[in-house]
Amino acid sequence: MPDLGRYALEVSLAYLASLGLIGALVLWYWLRGRSVRQQLDEVEKRRTGNG
Amino acid sequence: MASLWEYANPLKFMRTTDWLLPVVAVAAVVVTTIGLVWGFFFTPDDFRQGATVKIVFIHVPAAMMAINAWVMMLVASLVWLIRRHHVSALAAKAAAPIGLVMTLIGLITGAVWGQPMWGTWWAWDPRLTSFLILFLFYLGYIALWSAIDDPDTGADLTAVLCLVGSVFAVLSRYAALFWNQGLHQGASLSVAPGTRMDWAYKAPLYICMVGFGLIFVTLVLAGTRTEIRARRMKALVARERMA
Repeated sequence: MPDLGRYALEVSLAYLASLGLIGALVLWYWLRGRSVRQQLDEVEKRRTGNG
Repeated sequence: MASLWEYANPLKFMRTTDWLLPVVAVAAVVVTTIGLVWGFFFTPDDFRQGATVKIVFIHVPAAMMAINAWVMMLVASLVWLIRRHHVSALAAKAAAPIGLVMTLIGLITGAVWGQPMWGTWWAWDPRLTSFLILFLFYLGYIALWSAIDDPDTGADLTAVLCLVGSVFAVLSRYAALFWNQGLHQGASLSVAPGTRMDWAYKAPLYICMVGFGLIFVTLVLAGTRTEIRARRMKALVARERMA
């Protein structure tokens, strides 16, 4: 860990908040993508089943 | 060589992004990690800013992507309005949450840097204010998409909002030049001779900028794929109901 001196709180806060936001964004895209793909699979299966 | 317009075909887009998405995603993780680790652990403190200079490796790439995301949405919206390609409208929709988060990161890291350097978290400076308005435009754009049920009407109206909001995307980039006032300095990086930043900072910053660009491309591709699937599902459900 580098010595951030008197600005340790500011620098750590900036990095943690930013990485947290990017992580949350990636997670949201992944979860939504998975959910929509599953729903579409169900609809297509139902459609194929009905002929 | 394949024409760009071929990717307006959802099937072609899905097939291409099947292999392209993992490649871009891995590149995004690798490049961003290298840039941030280099910037955070291996750059010296600035003689005036101290360790807060390390915030630049997140602030500048995020602010750059906040503006570039809107520019990409503008181009995609124009393609939709002129050529009516659904994939372009869906790509613009997929890009908006990324732009919103990048704008928020720019605002937060700017405030955290501004407190020790300027002595204030916030000032009604032209660049900061236009960035805040850009953030509000992103919120409005996302809200408008979710408020309209018909996808084509939603694409039309959000495209018009995107055209209007472009004024603030441009202002966010050039406000510090238009109005020679306020706290925010000019561009951190410049191609002009006598540029301000030393290569000890510039090299990791360029890498972070490429990394953030790759994160944007990864999420836009992933988001567009999801929107294409959601649109197909909506069409199939509507067809089922009519049968």
